[in-house]
Amino acid sequence: MEMRQFATFTIDALLFGVEVHKVQEVIRYQEMTAVPLAGHGAAGLINLRGEVVTAVDLRTRLGLPPRAAGVLPMNVVVRVDDEPVSLLVDAIGDVAHVSSEQFEEPPETMTGRGATLVSGAYKLEGKLLLVLDVARAADIGIAV
Amino acid sequence: MDEFDEIVREFLVESYENLDQLDRDLVALEQEPDAHPLLQSIFRTIHTIKGTSGFLAFGKLEVLTHAGEGLLARLRDGGLRLTQERTTGLLELVDAVRSILASIEATGTENDRDYSDLVARLTVLQAPAPETELASASAATRGRSTKARAQADAPSTPAASTPTSGPDAADATGAASSPAKPARPRRRATDRQAQPTTSPAPEASDQPAGQVAKHDIKAARAARKASAGAPAVPASPPANVPLLGELLQQQADINPEDVAVAMLEQQLGDERPLGEILVDHGQATPEQVREALALQAAAQADARVGGSVSDSTLRVDVNLLDTLMRLVGELVLTRNQIVATAAARADTGMQRSSQRLNLLVSELQAGVMKTRMQPIDTVWNKLPRLVRDVSVACGREVRLVLEGRDTELDKTILEAIKDPLTHVVRNAIDHGIESPEARVAAGKPAEGTLTMRAFHEGGQVNIEISDDGAGIDPARIATKAIERGLATVEQLRAMPPREIVNLIFVPGFSTATKVTNVSGRGVGMDVVRTNVEKIGGTVDISSEPGLGTTLKIKIPLTLAIIPALTVECAGERYAVPQVSLDELLCLEGEQARAGVEYLSGAPVFRLRGTLIPLVWLDHVLDLTDAPHVDESVYILVLQADGRRFGLVVDRVLNTEEIVVKPLSRQLKGIGTYAGATILGDGRVALILDVRALARRAHVVRESDSAMEHERQLVVAPVVEGPEPLLVVAVGDRRLGVPLSMVTRLEEISLDRVEHVGQREVVQYRGQLLPLGRLATMLGGQEVADTGSQLKVIVYTQGRRSVGLVVDAVVDIATEAPASRGDVEAFGVSGVVVVQDLVTELLDMEQAIMATDPRFFDAVAAAGAADVSPYEDYAEDTYVGLGS
Repeated sequence: MEMRQFATFTIDALLFGVEVHKVQEVIRYQEMTAVPLAGHGAAGLINLRGEVVTAVDLRTRLGLPPRAAGVLPMNVVVRVDDEPVSLLVDAIGDVAHVSSEQFEEPPETMTGRGATLVSGAYKLEGKLLLVLDVARAADIGIAV
Repeated sequence: MDEFDEIVREFLVESYENLDQLDRDLVALEQEPDAHPLLQSIFRTIHTIKGTSGFLAFGKLEVLTHAGEGLLARLRDGGLRLTQERTTGLLELVDAVRSILASIEATGTENDRDYSDLVARLTVLQAPAPETELASASAATRGRSTKARAQADAPSTPAASTPTSGPDAADATGAASSPAKPARPRRRATDRQAQPTTSPAPEASDQPAGQVAKHDIKAARAARKASAGAPAVPASPPANVPLLGELLQQQADINPEDVAVAMLEQQLGDERPLGEILVDHGQATPEQVREALALQAAAQADARVGGSVSDSTLRVDVNLLDTLMRLVGELVLTRNQIVATAAARADTGMQRSSQRLNLLVSELQAGVMKTRMQPIDTVWNKLPRLVRDVSVACGREVRLVLEGRDTELDKTILEAIKDPLTHVVRNAIDHGIESPEARVAAGKPAEGTLTMRAFHEGGQVNIEISDDGAGIDPARIATKAIERGLATVEQLRAMPPREIVNLIFVPGFSTATKVTNVSGRGVGMDVVRTNVEKIGGTVDISSEPGLGTTLKIKIPLTLAIIPALTVECAGERYAVPQVSLDELLCLEGEQARAGVEYLSGAPVFRLRGTLIPLVWLDHVLDLTDAPHVDESVYILVLQADGRRFGLVVDRVLNTEEIVVKPLSRQLKGIGTYAGATILGDGRVALILDVRALARRAHVVRESDSAMEHERQLVVAPVVEGPEPLLVVAVGDRRLGVPLSMVTRLEEISLDRVEHVGQREVVQYRGQLLPLGRLATMLGGQEVADTGSQLKVIVYTQGRRSVGLVVDAVVDIATEAPASRGDVEAFGVSGVVVVQDLVTELLDMEQAIMATDPRFFDAVAAAGAADVSPYEDYAEDTYVGLGS
């Protein structure tokens, strides 16, 4: 039985997880510079200690309605192909320890745009932890 | 065995450097076979490699260099002359050595290639060819006699002109059959930069001067031994600056012994320069000394350019420099932030410190950037060899002229231009410069000249490559472009020759009629352009058929930190690289409303008489498509692909140095941004890619995208805007005449018309103006004149004018975009739609020729310098007609 650790966060009412080793850091909202002509979901650029990092809004990627006015997202900075990408999420959760026994293929209930970005789910008590396919989520070139 | 590895590494680095020098020297030597110092230096290099390879047990390398050394020794003694064959052999030796070294570097061992052929050939080349022996007989005799005398006078001095290297030394000097030369202690008062490691002092010398040198080399060896814990490591190569004594011996036939004596006097305390001592002894004239000193100075300058290692330089890992550069970049950003913060505060102390910080960081930045700068010669020094090889392969005779070899460029940029330059040079020799026979037949010298010039200009580096070859024939390019489907006939007709020549940069274009192994393998000039543009440069080509071709490359000095203008648009800030910025304009109030005009729907601005297309940044970036009604309009006049356009932004903020940060992979694909930067307040701003922006806004032709797109743009060139047409009526036809072909409109009274033979003429401004009736010309039938006045379009060029009679002048208008069609009819070059009506384009050239067959010949004969007598009236073009 294999144990894995996931950094969790919520978007809308959904609980998502990214494997801990893929997460570089979690930071509060940063001012962003919009990138006109960028694909769907590229929310902007942030200054991460002198490095220019692209922020991808997971709400847009997942086809969810935009955040209410005044609600600021959090940045989950992950590394994709050794390049940092910031994922904009609603709120940060705990680190979840899960075992492979709890794993399920992507739930049938998950349809539409979100389905392509979720690689599976872990059944936690009372809720599902959706495993985010980081590479796909961050690649705004992939239409969802 | 770390120490051993260290020695091998040192050996590799040194040898690579020497080999580069060798390439150059050999090619130079071929030009000037009697240049003794060159031969000397080549011999030393090969000898050093041989010695060390023996010591490090690289057997193959040793055998190979031994063979080469033998040949070089014969050449040096004057027993053999350098032929093309021998040069080729030696160059192949250099290549072989290089490949073995590469293998040693990669695997630690020599490669398994078999070089016995080359060794055999080098040995064969040592045998004097009959004719060369005759030619060099006298030289050889002279060489031998000197040698004999030298041996007699300095009996205990073995080969001194070569650095000895470790245990192999004795064998090396013997095996190389190099002649014994008198010991020349390598020190003198006037040239005090110590060269201990180059002192070839013989162990057995009994000359005091030799002992001094011997002492030096022993000390050097001891030092090396101490650090390496191994027997002597090869001496670093001697600088290629000949010593004064050496020069005097060669130039002025001064006895080596006399020089030695003079040097001895110096060692014994005579503080006068060597030359002075010799003059004093009556062994040299002051002129000879001066001459030799001048030669030496020149050689010193050469050595500096050629990058010979001197004591004041030090090798630094490029990675370290990159790290430094990155740190300085960060420092510049922090500096910008601090300066911005300080400026916002009323704290004078803080402001002073920030000012100081500002200055220091700028200096530091300049300094670090300088460490990355290298003379362009580091790339160019490969060219003589390349030119030689390519010219031999193509059967050309080419002289390479390099100007501005010390022009400095950032290392990254140098790397980036290496391949494009190589390609351009190959092309110039293969396709540009003709065969010697063809050149002689064309009245040019058999030897073609390839000139490369590098110079700084306006924060950019210009590189010009010109040849005096056949040039590029626009007609041939045009044919090829049609063949390849890169352009249509009417597109080409609309292009000036210069633009047609530039078609060679379009992907898929290759003019090589046959594929040679030198150039023309399908990848062509488009790759050159792509590579140059990748580093923010531009390429332009101009050619005079029959006279030659010049390619101009402009590239930025550095890529990491660039001056930029920050602007605001739709609430976001953007940085525009200063390189592409021509000027800044601000239109206020009435100016803002009236300044922007529309040419068939496209906004343009009249900049000192030239129409430039306007592009709103927020429109290009798809932020809004609402039309603007602004109180003030800020226009950045930008340069892209050699064309200008105006970029309209909301606000102009500041000029600052920005550090270019790459965009993440996801955003690179957009193309309109060259990167991002962090501004003084810590916010990220996008750097606009002016070229990509221009292409997106369709103000320049997109040469490397789909053909379809290209066609569409060529049909409606937005840049110049479709040229306004003068619409006239002839019978029931509407004709359009390009406004540029209309000098004046006149009404001429019928009774002024006179007849000269078949032709109608009027006296007009003191000359005879031939009249051509378009109705007759185009329709063929005579039309009776209806009124008492003729309506005439006058076209003047130089002193000559023609008048074309029309029925009525309708309007001045522009054609609808993309409305051009083709027709085949006399006097008509096409059909366009003007104001929803089909209008035929008058072929002015044909119409003029029909009226005055000698018009163009006479104008051409009169010459361009000729001032038109109508110049004074040039302003009052388009004098209106009554009705």
